[in-house]
Amino acid sequence: MKKLISLCAVILLAATGIALAAPKTIILATTTSTQDSGLLDVLVPQFEKESGYKIKTISVGSGQAMKMGEKGEADVLLVHSPEAEQKFMTGGFGVTRRLVMHNDFVIVGPTSDPARVKTAKNSVDALQRIAKSGALFASRGDNSGTHAKEKGLWKGAGISPDGQKWYQQTGLGMGQTLNVAAEKKGYTLTDRATFLALKKNLGLVILSEGDSKLLNIYHVIEINPAKWPKINAAGGKSFADFMVAKKTQETIGRFGVEKFGAPLFFPDAGKNPASLGL
Amino acid sequence: MELILDGIIEAVRLLLSGDSEVLAVTWLSLKVSGLATLLSLLIGVSSGTVLALATFPGKRLVAALVNTGMGLPPVVVGLFVTIFLWRNGPFGHFELLYTPAAMVIAQGVIATPIVTGISMAAIQSLPANLRLQILGLGASRPQMVWLLIKEARLPLLAAVMAGFGGVISEVGASIMVGGNIKGQTRVLTTATVMETGKGNFDTAIALSIILLSLTFLINLLLTIIQQKRRPR
Repeated sequence: MKKLISLCAVILLAATGIALAAPKTIILATTTSTQDSGLLDVLVPQFEKESGYKIKTISVGSGQAMKMGEKGEADVLLVHSPEAEQKFMTGGFGVTRRLVMHNDFVIVGPTSDPARVKTAKNSVDALQRIAKSGALFASRGDNSGTHAKEKGLWKGAGISPDGQKWYQQTGLGMGQTLNVAAEKKGYTLTDRATFLALKKNLGLVILSEGDSKLLNIYHVIEINPAKWPKINAAGGKSFADFMVAKKTQETIGRFGVEKFGAPLFFPDAGKNPASLGL
Repeated sequence: MELILDGIIEAVRLLLSGDSEVLAVTWLSLKVSGLATLLSLLIGVSSGTVLALATFPGKRLVAALVNTGMGLPPVVVGLFVTIFLWRNGPFGHFELLYTPAAMVIAQGVIATPIVTGISMAAIQSLPANLRLQILGLGASRPQMVWLLIKEARLPLLAAVMAGFGGVISEVGASIMVGGNIKGQTRVLTTATVMETGKGNFDTAIALSIILLSLTFLINLLLTIIQQKRRPR
């Protein structure tokens, strides 16, 4: 029995050794859009090289990312759910919250466009047309930043979509929700970056865009070590500083230009939040 | 259909070109699931044998629990292992969450009941007189147990295959406790989920084909060992 236990221990140690030989690690909880668009695949290696830290990127919805922050299970957040973020900061879970970048949300749907969203005046009008026509709308339904934005838009349009037959919650990430919408010829709200990255396989088109209500704004938040002493506060700060550094901001602004012909994110560090309508 | 063909071509291309990321992901899958299976064998074969040979009150209840455990849902295991390994959880100071070690633990928890259950049935299915015979020929108790395990070699190797097949193909627990971190905890199944989410269906199909080929090769190897004629 003793032998057995020591053998088990050796196996676990062998497995641990693979991972723990690394320098101190930072847990970054972020949204699926930063990962699915490929932005973090560019930024994270750059940060690791410069700082010597190892990043563990956990890509979940903004809602879950903030929950991880609240429980002290992440060191730094990169999220896009401004209202929920403000609550998070008021609750004392974060130390600093800095503006990083934005892009925008777009309403996409099938080319046949049964709800005639294409001719809608703005996002409110677009959603009202979808609701009125009863055309299928695929919602993330996962408390992500995109879902929070979508709920806000429905509220603004004076519609409560919950429980309606045309309103389906996927509970999945953005990429998979886009696939559901494409497969069922429905509409959905998506961030532009994920949509552009996935467009080639979808057969969906952008039908409503450009409304100031559709801005998608990302902040980086350092988690408060006073609540949870195990937090790697220095690492979190180092990553947050990196995200707003001039060189990183330039990289963000260039990201996607080569592949999509247009940038996927617009750098905003140091700007007045009011300039983005916050 | 064209997509599947593209996927197959992509799989061959990725393997032939020796794409370092794909190779690393494949190697990690093999390493994590291999270690987890080994762990489950150590615990599973021994406790399965004990369960088969010992008599104690409540034995049937324990056996029923083990058999239920053979169908343990990976996401449930993933959730509980995550909660236990959280920084601020009971085993937080080991800093294991989002490491391959955490994945080995979760997969080990999934595979152990499978191996235990099959081992128990394997030993129990041996003729009851065999034990008496072996003891009667003057073997010590440990020698007797060892002979029984050797005698049950065929079904025990089936236990290995079932355990390994169960963990190399699971995704729910691996993504929760591993986090699908590039270069650290990304394995074939979690990478497939991610590539599907990204809409890169050809890469996703390619990864699936690599996964299937890998499990086939491992099972082929185990089957050859299993079916090999016993040396006389």
